[in-house]
Amino acid sequence: LTGRPSQLSTDEKPNTLEQITNYNNFYEFGTGKEDPARHAGALTTDPWSVEIGGMVDRPGQYGVEDLAPDNALEQRIYRLRCVEGWSMVIPWIGVTLASVLDRVGVQSGAKYVEFRTLLRPEEMHGQRYPLLTWPYIEGLRLDEATHPLTILATGLYDEVLPNQNGAPIRLVVPWKYGFKSIKSIVRIILTDQQPASTWQRMQPREYGFYANVNPQVDHPRWSQATERRIGAGLFGGRQETLMFNGYGDQVAQLYAGMDLAKDY
Amino acid sequence: MAAWLNRWLRRIPVWLVWLLGLIPLALLIADTLTGGLGVEPVRDIEHRLGRTALYFLVASLAVTPLLRLTRVNLIRYRRALGLLCFTYAVLHLLAWVSMDMAFLWAQMSRDLIKRPYLFFGMAGFAILLALAVTSNNRAIRYMGMGWRRLHQLIYVAAPLVVLHWIWALKTFPVIPAIWMGVILGLLLVRLATRRPVMKKANERIV
Repeated sequence: LTGRPSQLSTDEKPNTLEQITNYNNFYEFGTGKEDPARHAGALTTDPWSVEIGGMVDRPGQYGVEDLAPDNALEQRIYRLRCVEGWSMVIPWIGVTLASVLDRVGVQSGAKYVEFRTLLRPEEMHGQRYPLLTWPYIEGLRLDEATHPLTILATGLYDEVLPNQNGAPIRLVVPWKYGFKSIKSIVRIILTDQQPASTWQRMQPREYGFYANVNPQVDHPRWSQATERRIGAGLFGGRQETLMFNGYGDQVAQLYAGMDLAKDY
Repeated sequence: MAAWLNRWLRRIPVWLVWLLGLIPLALLIADTLTGGLGVEPVRDIEHRLGRTALYFLVASLAVTPLLRLTRVNLIRYRRALGLLCFTYAVLHLLAWVSMDMAFLWAQMSRDLIKRPYLFFGMAGFAILLALAVTSNNRAIRYMGMGWRRLHQLIYVAAPLVVLHWIWALKTFPVIPAIWMGVILGLLLVRLATRRPVMKKANERIV
């Protein structure tokens, strides 16, 4: 898999494929960071189709190839900041979500996009336990969804997206905490109601709908001021967490006038 | 059976308990040096040290209930078990300060007050520290009944360190909850078998 280089990529050094594929939060395969690498091999990703519906002109079942055709792929090297206080740099391959939404035709009343992960407990053994409310749901405001930084990824380095990273197709929203970037998507719905995302429903005091990376708004139980870069070594230290994960120039205007301590 | 076991146990020197107790540390160092820790070694070092400290804490807590229920006497090794727990707790704290927090003192001190999981952990550590510095024979003689009361604080420290573990996680965790159950169970055994069994044990063993 190859993707055209993009102006929107960071020039920071990406983490190795080994690091990116062996340190994952994907509770469908267990809560341990190594669980997804161990168990995600069981997931069948072909055939796969994504249902797109709600307030769109052309609802239907779309194949991964339809949504992210080879000739449209771009490489996007993005920082990823987890809500737990660690970060990585990841070279994704994918297409903008905007290009997909253009294809299906968003109707004028639509304000939000809701995403859903596959529910298949036979292959996703974490779903046999009530760790979260399954299936995993996430959502974006329409202007966030159509922002040029927001992509649907189908590859990592020059490989097809590994299962533990959310194969065959996942969301990547680099200025938000990682849990917003929902994996293994089977449904995308355009709606005029703000979706209730999984973590927000579980612990509304700790996880908000927006989940923008914000060093000034701490998680109630830990600080978000700094982060550990995975792969920095035993004494690699911590680095300052940047507002909007360093993408403020591009996205801050989406939140003009909002109180981000309230809409966290 | 218990008498036979106790005769056997008496032959085990305390230094052997120390030696065995440092095996988890040796394994951790070996894993660190050989790259056996995975892609985020700092977290693994921190967590393994913390868990090992808890195991020794529970082992030291189990000594008296074991004596009361089965008359197997491990009292002679309890100080070593407690100090092993403290050793791993110190290393766990040092790993947090140096590797995880990279000596960001301002953030650490702010977090200590604001974050329940750090507060629980630090409160537990403060108790362990007080018990460790008074674990020598001189302190025991000098403090008399006060020593006993001070060291009963271990029943406060134990649940605190498990709360420290639970509060640091995102979802409700099964394994720490099991350890909390074990600790409360050991406390209950102690309360339920309070004086009479103790007397009997004293007569027969000590």
